[in-house]
Amino acid sequence: MGSSANEIDHLVKREYKEGFVTDIESETLPPGLSEDVVRIISTKKNEPEFMQDWRLSAYRNWLKMREPKWASVHYSAIDYQAISYFSAPKQQAGPQSLDEVDPKLLETYEKLGIPLEEQKVLAGVAVDAVFDSVSVKTTFTDKLAEAGVIFCSISEALQMHPELVRQYLGSVVPAGDNFYAALNSAVFSDGSFVYVPKGVRCPMELSTYFRINAMNTGQFERTLIIADEGSYVSYLEGCTAPMRDENQLHAAVVELIAMKDAEIKYSTVQNWYPGDEEGRGGIYNFVTKRGVCRGSNAKISWTQVETGSAITWKYPSVLLEGDNSVGEFYSVALTNNRQQADTGTKMVHIGNNTSSTIVSKGISAGHGQNAYRGLVKVLKGADRARNYSQCDSLLMGDRCGAHTFPYLEVKNPTAQVEHEATTSKIGEDQLYYCRQRGLSEEDAVSMIVNGFCKQVFRELPMEFAVEAQKLLDVSLEGAVG
Amino acid sequence: MLSIKNLHADVDNKSILKGVDLEVKAGEVHAIMGPNGSGKSTLANVLAGREGYQITQGEVTYNGHDLLDLSVEDRAREGIFLAFQYPVEIPGVSNLYLLKAAVNSIRKYRGLDEMPAVEFMKLIRDKAKLVDMKPEFLQRSVNEGFSGGEKKRNEILQMAVLEPALAVLDETDSGLDIDALKIVAGGVNALRHEERAIIVVTHYQRLLDYVVPDYVHVLADGRVIRTGDKSLALELERHGYTEMSEAAASAIEARAVS
Repeated sequence: MGSSANEIDHLVKREYKEGFVTDIESETLPPGLSEDVVRIISTKKNEPEFMQDWRLSAYRNWLKMREPKWASVHYSAIDYQAISYFSAPKQQAGPQSLDEVDPKLLETYEKLGIPLEEQKVLAGVAVDAVFDSVSVKTTFTDKLAEAGVIFCSISEALQMHPELVRQYLGSVVPAGDNFYAALNSAVFSDGSFVYVPKGVRCPMELSTYFRINAMNTGQFERTLIIADEGSYVSYLEGCTAPMRDENQLHAAVVELIAMKDAEIKYSTVQNWYPGDEEGRGGIYNFVTKRGVCRGSNAKISWTQVETGSAITWKYPSVLLEGDNSVGEFYSVALTNNRQQADTGTKMVHIGNNTSSTIVSKGISAGHGQNAYRGLVKVLKGADRARNYSQCDSLLMGDRCGAHTFPYLEVKNPTAQVEHEATTSKIGEDQLYYCRQRGLSEEDAVSMIVNGFCKQVFRELPMEFAVEAQKLLDVSLEGAVG
Repeated sequence: MLSIKNLHADVDNKSILKGVDLEVKAGEVHAIMGPNGSGKSTLANVLAGREGYQITQGEVTYNGHDLLDLSVEDRAREGIFLAFQYPVEIPGVSNLYLLKAAVNSIRKYRGLDEMPAVEFMKLIRDKAKLVDMKPEFLQRSVNEGFSGGEKKRNEILQMAVLEPALAVLDETDSGLDIDALKIVAGGVNALRHEERAIIVVTHYQRLLDYVVPDYVHVLADGRVIRTGDKSLALELERHGYTEMSEAAASAIEARAVS
């Protein structure tokens, strides 16, 4: 029976296929952060004045803030002056046709399975490709424009639709919300912007693919999605980075705004480089994601599959302001080797008859540490709020850990709040059973893990559910002899 | 088909099987009976290849090949099926999905293409009738929330679908009421076949009223102490294991003395 620990070890040895580096000439700011750096970033992007002022005030705020230490993750102090805050492949800025994009970039995305030629991409999916600090290409913008949908990089939005950005940026995650959000507000370089007008059902899935390439560079993207009354949009983000021995910082902010009767479905497949077996290198993924259901009957649904990053710190949340609004959070977080994840959600019930659902599936393997941290808050004025939370942990081997921190703050007696939690071990018994039926050990692990994640996977758009399943397989792939 | 010679096996350095001999031919049904701790389940799991058992002596050949050399899954693909005493729950994985994965893994090993979906569904529906299982059962997660009887019926369904050459039923009768026992026994009987051997491991004679064995072996303290036909099971029922073990022990002693 002692051999099973070794076998699980083999099974979870991962192979990171996206770990290559693109050899491309970049323009990179020297490491360091100051008001000047913030001004340079803003000037480089030719931003309107309000934006620069906003960044500067965020920066000043950040100087006064401290890194949060309450998460159940451990890492040595980050030297914020050793990071470069802007890196862009040398090429013309702004929107352009494909033949103006550096072929090396196209090749990079091709290699990642994200072709940017519109005829090659997945049918019905528009892509914004962000490379280090800039967006290199957004596909199908014309087709989307016909429906009135704006889908572009946030830099472009600041040029073309500054009023919309000004109105909504920071309205859900204020510049001083937390340490990383403040940092992001000061130095964010690019990201995606989506506006879906009243009554429009966005005709295709929107997605952004984030790629960190340059060394010693942080990525600070900012995404802003606005679904106006009665509209619907489904958005997906994916991310990868090269294998490097140093840790790299990724501090993003995502803001979602769903007006009356609108629905936003936001899915993430996060596969940042997780570091090697000994825990060297990997991305620090410190992200603030929050959505607000501003009007009645609005709905925001977060689905995340987190397999990458050395450390993940993120809590996609929903503020349920509108009556009858709905918030959902479906999460699969896998930690292997020395990876650490502290992730969960906040559901804040403000309006009447609001409801939220939380389904969190944590998988720990190797020495991985996985924490679910969630807050369900029902304000005094929120009558008949309902929440259902389910947190399941799956352990593989005996050196990993799973932790659950559910917080409840209920100020209204009409609320109904349910919480269920389970911890199970991928049993030798389960493996033996499946193998006795003829499945290989790898297939058995894959089947058991996918079964465990099923509730979450079925929330993903179909193409990505397949992708997520494959990603889990790769993350748990090993040399089973 | 199966030949076990002088098999010794340890668990955690404790010797459990102490020289088991057994010959099983295609078409035969063998019952292995014995008291708790006699090594019945160990024998079943050693045949299936479960890890954690050290084979210290002896050999097992299956269709002329060394069985002990094969991995768990390769034994399954070579046609060995174990109906578990305690079938395992696999949340989120439907019965149908597991069966499909199993059927296709075995087919792949045998150089066959995956079974077409329509053919597969027909196969499953036909076999489900054998153990009186409703179609919605197939959509449920493997053994999750199943009653004891449902779990055992599910084992027989899997056996029926996988059509093994050698099936080992480990205490399939335990925890079954009489109706469930009849359904399970009916399923097993329907799978009796001239090319298939079945080994029924059981504590009680009860199941053998319905699945009538060709041979009955009594296992005690890691050895087969008696072999006979079905009447041996009845004898055992009357006299109990202790008496028979003692008789066997004195017989061995007598032999040693003379």
